[in-house]
Amino acid sequence: MTRSVFERQLSAVQEDMLVMAGMVESAIVQSIEALRLRDVALARRIIENDKLINRRRYDIEEKCIELISLQAPLASDLRTIISVLHITVDLERMADHAEGIAKIALMLADEPPIRPLVDIPRMAEIAIEMLHGAVEAYKLRDVKRALEIMDMDDTVDNLYEQVYHELLTYMAKEPQVTQRGTYLVWVAHNLERIADRSTNICERVVFLVEGRIPENVSKY
Amino acid sequence: MVRQSTKEDEDRSLAAMLAQHRAVEDMTSERTIQDLTTGSLAATSAPQAIRAPLEEAVFKLSDVSVNYGTKQAISGINLDAPGRRVTALIGPSGCGKSTLLRCLNRMNDLIPNARVGGTVQYHGTNIYDKSVDPVEVRRRIGMVFQKPNPFPKSIYDNVAFGARINGAKGSMDEIVERSLTQAALWNEVKNDLKKSALALSGGQQQRLCIARALAVQPEAILMDEPCSSLDPIATLKIEDLIRELCQNYTIVMVTHNMQQAARVSDYTAFMLAAEHGVNGHLIEYGPTTEIFTHPRDKRTEDYITGRFG
Amino acid sequence: MRNQRRRLFNRLMIGVVTGCAALSVGIMFLIIGYVTAKGVTHISVTFLTHEPTSLGEPGGGIKHALVGTLILVTIAISIAVPLGIGAGIFVSEYASPRLALPLRFLADVLTGVPSIVIGVFIYSLIVIQYGFSALAGGVALAVIMLPIVARTSEEALYLVPRDQREAALALGTPKWRMILQIVLPTAAPAVVTGCLLATARAAGETAPLLFTALGNNFYSTNVKEPIAAMPVIIYRYALTPYPSLHDQAWATAFILVGVMLVLSAITRIVVSRSIR
Repeated sequence: MTRSVFERQLSAVQEDMLVMAGMVESAIVQSIEALRLRDVALARRIIENDKLINRRRYDIEEKCIELISLQAPLASDLRTIISVLHITVDLERMADHAEGIAKIALMLADEPPIRPLVDIPRMAEIAIEMLHGAVEAYKLRDVKRALEIMDMDDTVDNLYEQVYHELLTYMAKEPQVTQRGTYLVWVAHNLERIADRSTNICERVVFLVEGRIPENVSKY
Repeated sequence: MVRQSTKEDEDRSLAAMLAQHRAVEDMTSERTIQDLTTGSLAATSAPQAIRAPLEEAVFKLSDVSVNYGTKQAISGINLDAPGRRVTALIGPSGCGKSTLLRCLNRMNDLIPNARVGGTVQYHGTNIYDKSVDPVEVRRRIGMVFQKPNPFPKSIYDNVAFGARINGAKGSMDEIVERSLTQAALWNEVKNDLKKSALALSGGQQQRLCIARALAVQPEAILMDEPCSSLDPIATLKIEDLIRELCQNYTIVMVTHNMQQAARVSDYTAFMLAAEHGVNGHLIEYGPTTEIFTHPRDKRTEDYITGRFG
Repeated sequence: MRNQRRRLFNRLMIGVVTGCAALSVGIMFLIIGYVTAKGVTHISVTFLTHEPTSLGEPGGGIKHALVGTLILVTIAISIAVPLGIGAGIFVSEYASPRLALPLRFLADVLTGVPSIVIGVFIYSLIVIQYGFSALAGGVALAVIMLPIVARTSEEALYLVPRDQREAALALGTPKWRMILQIVLPTAAPAVVTGCLLATARAAGETAPLLFTALGNNFYSTNVKEPIAAMPVIIYRYALTPYPSLHDQAWATAFILVGVMLVLSAITRIVVSRSIR
């Protein structure tokens, strides 16, 4: 195999991205934990860790720019680097959503719960599964898996609609829960965005393998 | 192109015009099944599934092969080069891309015991037909070579040479100025037209060679690695010039530099040989953006990403 | 020990080859020097501008031979140069390798044919029928020049780079125009060199002229009549018993050698110009 140096650099930058994906995934998992268990310390740690994730994103971006300018990648190499750039942006935004949830967890920690959380943890579960699956699909260059995960987005969207309407109805009936209710809508919204960005990653997997960007843009 | 009959020539160019007109209409109207069959896609019946551009082809190659003695240099080439576009031929050395390029203006005729098979149609005429005069073919299809090769004459005489040979009408001074301007060299040499062409820098010499080719008023220009002996700045100037020229000329170029093919060409053809100089084939042909972002063939991918062999 | 022997042998060899070179050059200088010494004193304006006196009388000159040689060489050049260059173009540009090889070989053989044989050949071909004449002499000299001109111009044309030819052909230039306007001008210095060398060779030939131009004791510019030539003068005068004619022979030899030197020098200059 020729170009072994470039080969190594290219796998290193993808490795970095996968590590970042792991960090983001645990941030999301922990943010829901913090919300559910009213764990202020955990919420603070998530907000703190977000800076690390951001830094990681810029590190990866710099490495990609370096590879593009010095190695002039083409064809699959070019698609790999473009995908890494896109995916790290998506991951970084997902981490921001996790941070958002952690901030809401901080604000809700002192308030009494409206009622037991059911649908939101369910949404989180699917969103996390989607992210995890998207990263797996990337690792295995598995287009079929990626397309399956993109379909899961509908479930999350439906759940979001459901949570939104339920909370709206509840807030209309009992105005004193309006603030807490709004916070929860925000949590659901963040989870919905996380699921969306997971489908973006799946899109990149299709692009990486097939060289086309999936045309079902209207879905998001 | 046919020596004896100018009438036939007129008919042919009229047919070409009509065809061009139809092509424009096709592109503006909705694509139909008919486009696909009259367009070049169906014409390439290559053993490999090769996509060809959906534009009116100026060069149409069918099953072209070249033998040097008993050695088959290239074979089974089906390729359509569209008009007023840059088509790049890429591939490792010895894959026959220069040989293929030289089929397009019958320069292979000059090599003893070279034999060309198949047909090379230029605006619908097979240029290897017995009635076709190769000198006329070369007048209509200019060529720029790997090494700048100006004649050991003055700058002016270099440009005027081909025009004089072909009995150009009008003022020679005007032809020289126009050609040098087209080749983006006029401003650099306008005060030194009587100076020897050999005193110019490599990049200037190559632009002079392009001007010399343009002075004959060809319809197409073939370029055989036109920048391979030039420095990066001169290379970029020539590349710019090629983009400029393709507004009026059909250009087919051979290049070793993949980035150059990516920068300059509209269509790219990738060739590969069984071994050095033997049995070169067309592996993949398509729009440059497709070839360089997601080639269909594994061999193209390997070559383009530098993982060849 | 062995090292020393090797060094000794080395020195010996250098000595031998230096000696060979010195001898060759020495002989040349000896000839030029001897001819100059014997001949230069007899050169005068009268010698160059007068015809010979009656046999044995002192005075007179070689005007007839100077003009004769000039006419002979002019005839030879006007035949051999176009023919030779034409043949060179044919072999270099048009002949297939299968034809070019024997043609080159034949030209080489012709170069090696003794000049007296050429003289006899022209004698039997022309002189027997039409008599001795300047024309026959010129033809004989042309036959001597022809292979030299043909071979040198063929090689000169062959050396014109392929990219120059391709550049011309790619512009839609017919082959003959490519040869005349690109290949020949590029090869011109080498072609001229070949012609000059051939001329120098022809100007010094005696043997073929004895059978063809014959020689003439009187001034003549009629190409149909026998004509005098410098080499023939040297030959004839040297065979007479008169010292004054011996002196004139030496003087003529000096002029002939001088002409050779000048022609060679011009050749050198042309070659060095073309290299630059």
